Amino acid sequence: MKLKLHVWRQSGPHAKGHIEEHLLDNVSPHSSFLEMMDQLNEELQSKGKEPVAFDSDCREGICGSCSMVINGRPHGPWKGTTTCQLHMRAFKDGDEIWIEPFRAKAFPVVKDLVVDRGAFDRIVQAGGYITVRTGSAPEANLTPIPKSDADTAFDAAACIGCGACVAVCKNASATLFLSAKVSHLAHVPQGEPERMKRVKSMVAQMDAETFGACTNTGDCTQVCPKEIGQNHINTLNREYLRAISFDNSNASANTGSAG
Amino acid sequence: MFPSAVGSKLLMAATGLAILLFVLGHLAGNLQFFGGPDVINTYALHLRDLGPLLWVARLGLLAAFALHLSLAVSLTRRNSLARPEGYAFQTDFPQSSVASRHMWLTGWLILAFVVFHLAHFTFQWTHPEYRELHWKASDGREGHDVYSMIIKGFSQPFLVGLYIVAQVFLWLHLSHAVSSMLQTLGLKNPRNEKLLDLAGPVLATIIFVGYVSIPLAVLLGVVKPIVISSG
Repeated sequence: MKLKLHVWRQSGPHAKGHIEEHLLDNVSPHSSFLEMMDQLNEELQSKGKEPVAFDSDCREGICGSCSMVINGRPHGPWKGTTTCQLHMRAFKDGDEIWIEPFRAKAFPVVKDLVVDRGAFDRIVQAGGYITVRTGSAPEANLTPIPKSDADTAFDAAACIGCGACVAVCKNASATLFLSAKVSHLAHVPQGEPERMKRVKSMVAQMDAETFGACTNTGDCTQVCPKEIGQNHINTLNREYLRAISFDNSNASANTGSAG
Repeated sequence: MFPSAVGSKLLMAATGLAILLFVLGHLAGNLQFFGGPDVINTYALHLRDLGPLLWVARLGLLAAFALHLSLAVSLTRRNSLARPEGYAFQTDFPQSSVASRHMWLTGWLILAFVVFHLAHFTFQWTHPEYRELHWKASDGREGHDVYSMIIKGFSQPFLVGLYIVAQVFLWLHLSHAVSSMLQTLGLKNPRNEKLLDLAGPVLATIIFVGYVSIPLAVLLGVVKPIVISSG
């Protein structure tokens, strides 16, 4: 396959970026999107040029490292797929492909296609944890959980924190991500002790990170590689309403480490 | 303290629900037009008789509108600041409806219509001659002739067009708003999800048809003005 690539290049966080064009030949339709990027970088390096910086780690769709907005879609055209699991057979010979970083104020560009998603880590630090007794593991069947709750919690726990939801949202909102974390722990008894404080702290942290608000347009679920549903946003709203109505403990956003 | 993004949306949904209930109540009142002059004019008389209660409802509605608007301003500002640099390659949105992406625009257009509508029928600033219309029922009750005012108002094709266009914007706004409000209030569950997603478009369509039926009925001559027979 022969491709024309339009890639976002930006030398550093404060540098001015631009779209750069590259022609790439002999791309195998069997290669993954990231392998195609590796091929591009090898060519660039052989010509003594700076390779394109992009995030990747596991390359099997479970770590949430790879990002990229491909032809306007985070993780490209396939549903329920990360960029690393997208294969070049999704494209045709002669196609033009636009490759851009995830765009959000809370996700500043580090270099080229690499963005800093530390904002997600700080949201999780604000409340995405549970109180456990460390040491010997408890008996597995001691805490019964209804099947439907376990299933819902597991659906939410599938979130890999890649940030595609933010990238596609017209408001650059992190609500789907936040809702997955809140819904996951709200459906299991282990999440009970911090239930109220968690949702308040995580919502406050999302605000502090300058993400937008949710308009319930549903675009996030469509591009989510783990297909996290809108039902978790519904749960988040209910949990938050309950917490602000019945819980008096103070939630504080961790603004100190932001940025 | 200013509410969080999630808290703002909860208030947005609650005030939106209050306005929606008014829109439905107002529609139920307006449809009494089809019952004839005595029915709608008696209804108008009863509304006036509520006295202080009417003002409580009016002020409550005004407060809901004011809160809904100020939250729209702060949320839209927050949202536009969240993405300073957009994408070079524009493509179709994966799912979101046109209505859901233009709530800001349709909201302002509806406000502009509401202001005109108040000046037209409520305060009658645009048409002071409406104030002269007087109704007297056969049983002696009398008051403002709302029935004739509606007939006069909607005999002008330009005004009918304006009202219908406004209802299109209201339809767009509500087709997203109602389902969105139900999700924001946390009322959806896997069992009712499909039903609640349909609630927006269905309710918006019912409201559209209901409101549009009145000016159209007048303009097309389905409903006739009161004829005072002369001996």
